Formats: sequence, C-alpha cells, structure tokens
Amino acid sequence: MNNKVINGFTTAWKGLSLTIRHFFASNGKREVISASDNNYFKQLEKGTNTIQYPRQELPVPEVGRYQLDVEMDDCIVCDLCAKICPVNCIDIESIKATEVIGQTSDGSKKMLYAAKFDIDMAKCMYCGLCTIVCPTECIVMTNQYDKTVFELSDLTYQFSDMSAEEAAEKRILLDKQIEERAAAKLAAMKQKEGGA
Amino acid sequence: MNFYITSFGIGIGLFAFTALFALFAVYAERKVSAFIQDRLGPMETGKFGMLQTLADGLKLIQKELIIPAAADKYLFMLAPAIIFLAVYMGFAAMPWAPGLEPTHMNLGLYYIFAIIAIETLGILMAGWGSNNKYSILGAMRSVAQIISYEIPAGFALISVVMIAQTLNMQEIATQQGILSTESIKFLGFWDVSKIGGFFGWNIFRAPHLIIAFVIYFIASLAESNRAPFDIPEAESELVAGFHTEFTGWRFAFVFFSEYSMMFLVSMISVILFLGAWNTPLPNIGSVHLAAWTTGTAWGIIWIVIKTLSLVGIQMWIRWTLPRLRVDQLMNLCWKVLTPLAFICMLISGVWRLWLM
Repeated sequence: MNNKVINGFTTAWKGLSLTIRHFFASNGKREVISASDNNYFKQLEKGTNTIQYPRQELPVPEVGRYQLDVEMDDCIVCDLCAKICPVNCIDIESIKATEVIGQTSDGSKKMLYAAKFDIDMAKCMYCGLCTIVCPTECIVMTNQYDKTVFELSDLTYQFSDMSAEEAAEKRILLDKQIEERAAAKLAAMKQKEGGA
Repeated sequence: MNFYITSFGIGIGLFAFTALFALFAVYAERKVSAFIQDRLGPMETGKFGMLQTLADGLKLIQKELIIPAAADKYLFMLAPAIIFLAVYMGFAAMPWAPGLEPTHMNLGLYYIFAIIAIETLGILMAGWGSNNKYSILGAMRSVAQIISYEIPAGFALISVVMIAQTLNMQEIATQQGILSTESIKFLGFWDVSKIGGFFGWNIFRAPHLIIAFVIYFIASLAESNRAPFDIPEAESELVAGFHTEFTGWRFAFVFFSEYSMMFLVSMISVILFLGAWNTPLPNIGSVHLAAWTTGTAWGIIWIVIKTLSLVGIQMWIRWTLPRLRVDQLMNLCWKVLTPLAFICMLISGVWRLWLM
C-alpha cells in the first residue's frame, strides 16, 4: 500500500517534470534544416516544434518522387511509359507524322505527334517506373508535393500541346499519305504485273 | 435605486470577468498543451494567435442552435444556463481584496459549496435532455464523480473551517495575514501576527492542511471535470459526453462554465489554504514588506497571481496525466482521499484544542 502511494507520486512527478521540460524547451519558430543535414537530430536535444507549414517548408530532394512532369519537346511518343505503368494512369494517343517533325535535345528524331498525353495523378502510385524506361528522359518526377485541386478531373494532367483541330488536320494528312502510299503501291504492283 | 445599480454593476462586472477569463484561459490552455507537445498552437489569428478564442467565440455565436428532434426541449435549453449560473453565482461570495467582496456572507463557504453542487443538476439535465446514449453516459459519470468527490473536498474544507472557526470567506482570508485581529502562529508555536507573509497562510499555520490542500485540489479537478478525471467527456469513449448535442452559444456557455469553474475552485483553494489576498512577503525587521504589499490593489494582484498559478498547474496536470478508469476514480475517492480527509479533520480538531 505504502509502496503504491510512493510509486504513484514518483511516476506522476516523472511525467510532470517531463512535460514541464518540454513546456520550457523551445517555443520559438523552428529553424528549418534539411533532414539530410548532420545536425538534424541535434535539434531534438535543445527542443524543437512543428513546422509552420505553408510559411515554412522542409527542403525536399530535387529527385523526390512527387508529381510527374513531361517535357513535351523531348517526348518521342514511344508509349513505353504507358506500357510499363502498373496502374495504367498514362493515356497516350499518337498520330504518325508524314515526315520527321523535329529533334529532341538528345538528338532522337520525332516521328509521332502526341494527340493526347494524359496522366491521371489520382491513379498514380509514384513508383517512378515510367521515368526509368523513358528513352529521352522527358518524363520526370518533380519535388512538387503540395497539389490540391477542387475537381477530381483536375488531377488528370494533360501534357499534349496539340489542339483538337491540329490533331484532326494531322490525321487527315496521315490518311492522305497512307492513301497515296497505297495507291503508289498498287500502281507499282500493277506495273510489275504488266512488266511480267 | 443605488442598491440596484451596485447589484447590477457587480453582476455585470463578474460576468465580464468570467467571460474575459474564459477567453484567456482557452487560449492559455491551447498554448500550454501545444508547448508541452512540442507544437506552437494557434499562430494565425492575430499576433501569436491571440485573437483565436475571440474568433472562435464569434463563430460560435453565429452558429445555428440545433435541438435534436427527440430531445427534451426544455431541459435541453435550460441546461447550459443552469450549468453556467451555478458557477457564476459561486463568484458572488469570493473576497478579492481586504474590504472588496461582491457580497458579505456569513455562510460564504457553505453557500459556494451548495451553489457549485447545482452544476451537477445542469449536467444531468443536459445529458438526459439530449436523449443520446453518449450524453446520458457522460452525465451519469459526471454526477457520480462530482457527488463522490464532494465528500473528500467537503471534509478538507471543514478541516480549514475548524481551524478558522468561521464560514465567512472574507474572515478566513483576513485571518491569514497581518490584518488579522487574532494572533496567528506559524506551525502552532511561533507568533507571526506582526510578520505576516507566507508564514500566516493556513497551510503553514497548521501543516496538516497541506494534505487537506492536496486533497481539495485533486477533488476540485474531479469537480470541474478536468483530466485526469475527465471521464464525463472522455473524447475517446463518449464523443464529448454530456455536451455532445450542444451547438452555438449553448456549447459556448458549457465551455465557459468549465473554465470559470477552474478559476472558481482554484480561488477557493487560494482563499482557504494559500493566504487568499495576503502577500507572500513577510515583514523582516524594519523592512515592512508585508505592510507595503497589503491593500486593495495589491490584494487583487496577489489573489489573481495565486489563482492563475493554480489554474496553470491544473492545465499542466491535464496535459500530463492520463485519464483514470471509472473504478480507479472511485477507488481513489473512497479508499484514499476520504479517509485522509477524515484524518485531517481529526487533526484539525486536536490542533484547535491544544495548539491554538
């Protein structure tokens, strides 16, 4: 009985002294240093507190796996990212170009138009596989982690820089080319037959 | 006519004080809890978030007053008023400084004890009127707890009254300092009537009153439904207990009364045990510290400082100790505090007879 009482008081006092230590430890704004800093955990010794988020931010590494971003000028619309994606969050619709339409920054030829390049960030599981398979390194993950939208559809990022009219125009061109090629092929075959 | 003006003035003044104190205390509570948990607490509204509680109050006033369809309408509507009035009326008998008290009551302590007990009724009305299982459970727990803890609290107070031989709060206060007309003895042997200071406080006049003080302090935590005795509003079990269904200013009043209650019970402890409005500084030879720091303004300053430090300790305890289980709560009350309070009362009797 006596022991119980003494134990009760000592443990209560232990808790109270712990909280009073924290009460007086550090009540100022926290100095923000990166988690990779060697002194990061030293802060705990002199007392620390929560980060005042929108006003203060912990620095995150530039290669953090947060939002996906596509540099369309470098994209050759190879569709590899869409194929590797485990959750099918990338939706690409390509149109063959009638000729070489340009060059990426690493020298690859661009032969396809991207009529649609949608990434549904609501579906994305942030595995980063798409960034690994990309041959031109045009799809990357950025350090932007604070993304809030009011409509679910706003989470589908549309990276394609073509308008619908442009896409239709390119499609007509492609169809025309295919027709021309088919006609040329037919003519060539006829000639071959005639020649034989 | 003058009589009514002073009466209403006192009433309005006390109300303003309780309202202001509640605003301050809620802010302080949030800051204390934040600092203890390594957070910063409210920081956005005003400098250091100082206008936060004012903004919260404004928000609560604008909110719709919802009465649940199955609730007992009249009990439900009356409950917050009764809870608040019970606490607010308690302030009527509190001496603030020599000669400064809202009412001069010979039965002051008795009156306070009785009027605080009415809060239980309000809580039960709130819980029952809400017609909600959480509310009624919370109310039943609260009633069981408050009524149980009134016994050790009452005996702790009686042990003081036996030393003081009066129920008048102002007289009890006067006895503990240099303004006393009878002789006061530090620990029962050293006459300190002219020295005053903390030597004259009740807990030093009769050292067993330290135990009575601790008993009353613990019981007062239970009476104001604060952690570690907050099972009536245990968030993890009962949502918010008896005030689950309240919205708008009705909720604000329940909240108000909780914080006013904190101040009231701390003030009772201060008046009965810690020298009321008497200065802690004693007269030392020709340096008359006690005489210099006694007066109406000083009285208010001392009593407010002492009371606020007790309120601070209440908050400190709340954010440290975990909640007691119902059986542990009753165990502590009936098996530990009540016998101890009885012993204190017995010692008080012996002390009064042999040493004073």
